[in-house]
Amino acid sequence: MESKINRYSKQLILINSFFILAWLVVSVFPFIWTFWGSFKVKADFFSRADWMFAVTGVNTLIETGDTSTVKAYVESWTEGEFWKATMNTVIITVSVVTISLFLGTLGAYALSRSTYKYTFWILIAALIFRAMPHITLVSGYLFPFFQLNVWGILPTTIIVLVAINQPFTLWLLYSFFKTVPKELDESALIDGCSYFQAFRFVIMPVMWPGVVTAGLFSMMLAYNDFTVTSLLLNQQNYTMVPKINAYLGTIEHSGNYMWAVSSVVSATAPLFMIIMFFQRQLISGLTAGAVKG
Amino acid sequence: MPHRTFFWFFFPSGLAMLLFIGLPIISSFFQSLHIEPEQILMEVEKCDPFGCKTETKVDIEATTKLQEEQPLGRFNGLGTYGDRNHLAFDEIKEAWTNSSSIAEFTDILLNLPFYKALLFTLTFCFAVTPPVVVLGFIVALSVNTITKSLKGPTIFGVILPMIVTPLIGSLVLFWMIDAKGILGSFIQYLFDDPNLSLKSSSQLTWITLIIYGIWHNTPFAFVVFYAALQTVPQDPLEAAIIDGASRYERVRHIVIPHLYPVATFIILICLMDNFRVLEPIIGFAAEGVAQSLSWMIYNDLRSENKMLFGSAGATSMLTIIGVAILLTPVLIRTWREFRTER
Repeated sequence: MESKINRYSKQLILINSFFILAWLVVSVFPFIWTFWGSFKVKADFFSRADWMFAVTGVNTLIETGDTSTVKAYVESWTEGEFWKATMNTVIITVSVVTISLFLGTLGAYALSRSTYKYTFWILIAALIFRAMPHITLVSGYLFPFFQLNVWGILPTTIIVLVAINQPFTLWLLYSFFKTVPKELDESALIDGCSYFQAFRFVIMPVMWPGVVTAGLFSMMLAYNDFTVTSLLLNQQNYTMVPKINAYLGTIEHSGNYMWAVSSVVSATAPLFMIIMFFQRQLISGLTAGAVKG
Repeated sequence: MPHRTFFWFFFPSGLAMLLFIGLPIISSFFQSLHIEPEQILMEVEKCDPFGCKTETKVDIEATTKLQEEQPLGRFNGLGTYGDRNHLAFDEIKEAWTNSSSIAEFTDILLNLPFYKALLFTLTFCFAVTPPVVVLGFIVALSVNTITKSLKGPTIFGVILPMIVTPLIGSLVLFWMIDAKGILGSFIQYLFDDPNLSLKSSSQLTWITLIIYGIWHNTPFAFVVFYAALQTVPQDPLEAAIIDGASRYERVRHIVIPHLYPVATFIILICLMDNFRVLEPIIGFAAEGVAQSLSWMIYNDLRSENKMLFGSAGATSMLTIIGVAILLTPVLIRTWREFRTER
């Protein structure tokens, strides 16, 4: 009978394929366009005369002697100090993922194994915390951070991002640990392990699928963040996303606009690669809260 | 698990959340009760060959001293909440007595910064969410029917707009929609108007932002719907086929009812996430015509020499109240789930 449910008429298949193709164009084409345009000069990418210039690169040929150029990349990475922003992003992302997974696994394990009622209230509080717009939190940070003189440096931002990330990590890992059978660590406890030993030697070896998913989301939050990094870091410590925004701010220099275009490509390419590998984990994480409930 | 063990396991995570999510909210509230110190003025008598004049000047020394004594400024109570940039009670009262018609009153009301921002934020939320749910459902249905080997790459393509950060996503679209970009020229060609630009009027900018919002949020709805489609029970579907139901009838009467709870989840998350809309406004350079509540806070905080902590704090508190209203249904839902689990 399985085959009958999945048997579709020819018309349906045709309409369906057409729709999916159209939708793929809508969602993917902007990125292809930007990628292609990043190898052109500004006069082509924002062509007043003819949009086809962005494809053929007429002005690029006149200005640089070839139909495509890596000038914008070279300049933004060296002169625009995008290498520094990239390094800051790497430092922040790696630290945030490591620390938030460390805190998150411990906390979520405890939440999933405790039978007391306060775990429920903690989870509700985490849900409320997750809903807080980040900008309202930032408005609360700035003043104390100025007073304590910790504004503008990477460690502060890392801790803030870890904290902002905790509620979601806790929920995700909590629902993951719930699927790990209790008997596993209970038998270890009976054999004389402490809770920490049970966690270290019994739970840790089996928790990696959940941890990879949670890590992926922490990574995306830290890598993509704009609100926190743009307001809590000083200009020298900017990560990629605020840096791109800073390139836009100086429209007087026409070169900088192409810096932003090429940096957008530099910043999105690694992210797309990672997602390509971890697509399955991403989807399982997104649906963890929705479908089971 | 005993309380003691639980405490030590949960302590680091809980401390981080308390210090960096709980405290800032309180700190924000505290800031909102204060207002930046006024500059102390002094009168200086300045004499030159043509006579003496008294001038008022800012007493820099005294102002700095005052700032050091009261870094947060002077206590203002709930004054900031009622001022022109927030709830604007006086202005509303005045408009109510002076305006001759409701239309005139709403016109004045919606030109006050806070209400203007609230109107945009709510419009954005409620204009983006329904299309996102519908489109996400249709895309999920059609991805579900394609050949298995093509599913992986298709899903990857469909979720791309969600993966990139809103700032980059909006920039990528903005560069295409720009009058000099590919889509901008196409629209000009389509309407045969070489001066048409999506930036030219506020309505067009709003529509552009909303289209961006749909583009960015649909993948999330798609992913959740797609996963839920895998759990649709097969037996009723088979029974329906035997009874001669068409594909449309099967979707309408079996699949959609099964997906109702998932749809409410998507709607709530979508409303909550879009309520904090900020980056698209920056990416589309639409500050002039479209301000959101988050943008108001961002604007108060971004200048490095004079940050308006009080004003930002007050807007933050009002935003949190808005979020709380949107969050209540989610909390009730979670509450019920827990009840049934136990």
